[in-house]
Amino acid sequence: MNEMQFLTWVRGQGLDLAVSLFLLGVLWRLLEIYGLGRKKDLTAPRHASGASGWHTVFRRSLPAESMLKKSPVTYIAGYTFHLGLGLVVFLFAPHIKLIQSLTGLHWPGLPSQFIDLIAIVTIAAMVVVLADRISKPVKRFISTFEDWFTWLVTFLPLLTGWLAVRHLLLPYTSMLAVHILCVEILLIVLPFTKLFHAFTVFGSRWYNGTVNGHKGVVV
Amino acid sequence: MSASLEKGVRVLKEMIDAPIASYFSSCVHCGLCAEACLFYTETGDPKYTPIHKLEPMRRLYEQEYTLLGRLKKMVGLSKPVTDAELGQWQELVYNSCTLCGRCSAVCPMGNDIVYMVRKFREGMSAAGHAPVGIKGAVNRTVNIGSPMGVKLPAVKAQMKHVEEDHGIPIPMDVVGAEYLVMLSSMEIINFPEYLAAIAKIMKQAGRTWTLCSTAFEATNAGMQIGNSDLARVIVSRIVEGAEKLKVKTVISPECGHAYTALRWEGANLIGRPFTFKVQHIIEVLGEFQEKGLLKTEGFETDRLTFHDPCQLARRGGVIQPQRNLMNMVAKNFVEMPDAGYMNWCCGGGGGASAIEEGEELRLAAFKKKKSQLEAVKPDRLVTACANCRIVLEEGLEHYQMDIPVIGLTELIAEHIPDLAKSEGA
Repeated sequence: MNEMQFLTWVRGQGLDLAVSLFLLGVLWRLLEIYGLGRKKDLTAPRHASGASGWHTVFRRSLPAESMLKKSPVTYIAGYTFHLGLGLVVFLFAPHIKLIQSLTGLHWPGLPSQFIDLIAIVTIAAMVVVLADRISKPVKRFISTFEDWFTWLVTFLPLLTGWLAVRHLLLPYTSMLAVHILCVEILLIVLPFTKLFHAFTVFGSRWYNGTVNGHKGVVV
Repeated sequence: MSASLEKGVRVLKEMIDAPIASYFSSCVHCGLCAEACLFYTETGDPKYTPIHKLEPMRRLYEQEYTLLGRLKKMVGLSKPVTDAELGQWQELVYNSCTLCGRCSAVCPMGNDIVYMVRKFREGMSAAGHAPVGIKGAVNRTVNIGSPMGVKLPAVKAQMKHVEEDHGIPIPMDVVGAEYLVMLSSMEIINFPEYLAAIAKIMKQAGRTWTLCSTAFEATNAGMQIGNSDLARVIVSRIVEGAEKLKVKTVISPECGHAYTALRWEGANLIGRPFTFKVQHIIEVLGEFQEKGLLKTEGFETDRLTFHDPCQLARRGGVIQPQRNLMNMVAKNFVEMPDAGYMNWCCGGGGGASAIEEGEELRLAAFKKKKSQLEAVKPDRLVTACANCRIVLEEGLEHYQMDIPVIGLTELIAEHIPDLAKSEGA
């Protein structure tokens, strides 16, 4: 298989396979998790303003009282890399074109120099996140293979995409193919690892907000 | 032992519901929950990271309820939960967790970690790995009637003392009274002023109330140990008493876990909604204050601060009434850092204070309270939980801090004018 054939495969069959596994995986995991249900709370509720599942879904996007000071790296690098990743994935013109070809939906992108800068900042933030996981005793202690592995499968698409755009390391065609392959691996891995928090974060916040909201506690 | 491990695993599997599955699936191992836990912050030991305290439960969830986990189990790639492991985890699930819920308040994923610890304890207890201290408290509550072995004659003796000292009759088993007042054995034995305070406050407010001879103990060690069957037995006594006496409201005493057990678990434990209301004494006092039924005179002038019991504030949603009450009788009321919703636990909630072998850790964790107190340097410390009060007193004594601890209800009662005098005037 030469580089063109490789690129054609990752763009065609490879992509179809990855997207299918991703969608099936997400659906399966959502059913597997939320299908378990929960018991009805028979205690008399206490109502308080701001105490509900929906409130918590939004409120938890901000650090809890006094927590930013306690773990600034987690928050700042965390925000930076999540936001950066979102911008690069959804506002880079070639990505929008791909999404358009798959779904018909499209929107204006950001200039490529700007995306390049965001990508560098995001890569840096991810390196900081990794260094923090290695150096902080708590993080290192609770980290498992999955933590290192998911970091890598999130980092590689970002790095290879940036290298491809910059025409670094490998010829453009090869790097682009590697980039797409990395994204496909990420898609397949996402539903079955902690990366699935991208979906369950909303459910978890909602449950916490609802269970405590029943008691009139604003969480 | 294998039989009880089997039972523990079975119970634990029953505990896992959609919220728990969602929480485990959301955890990204960011470790922020550690920063919220006083057992971590005061020892620096990463094993006290709250989410780590649930590791055996997480693995069981993965192995039993996820496709990938089941596959891994089938091909022998997963590590089964063992009896020895649960034994090791006892320290993490009981001694170093007071169910204070700060971790649940900070998790950016929204994981309600304390919800999971509460459920994990059901499995631990079924597997025979609950600490001896709490087991003893549960057995005494079920067999004798209270965790400290207090029986009805002790309550009656205290009623007599209060009647003699204050000249106010203490009603017992009065059918149709508005309020059923519950006590904790800590109050019966160590803080008799609570009953006297209630008598004075109710008399001034002109409300009818009663004690119940078959249900006077409010604390529920069954809930703390994580045994819903025993917790149900204990709660049922109160429900039967309240329904027999046809009261409108049951008042949970100055005790955090009694309140959670009765207010937020009770109906679920007995499987039907209550026919009466449940309020913590602070909520009742707050209502009296709002309705103008609570009239106090004079002010404390020394520097006072308030320790929020976790189960009342963060886990129970009662935060403002205690502050309004403090301001009613104190000129110099100061707040500790993190007071209110994010207050730090005394270190002995959730049954932890009953664990003898956990004392050293408890005292280490108390350094958090010490630093909160040092920030405001109060003359006295007020709280609304008899268990907090004992734990605070022990911690203060250990660190040689001369700060008396008092209950808010008795503080309020001290400012209620002598009724005999005011009626005569």
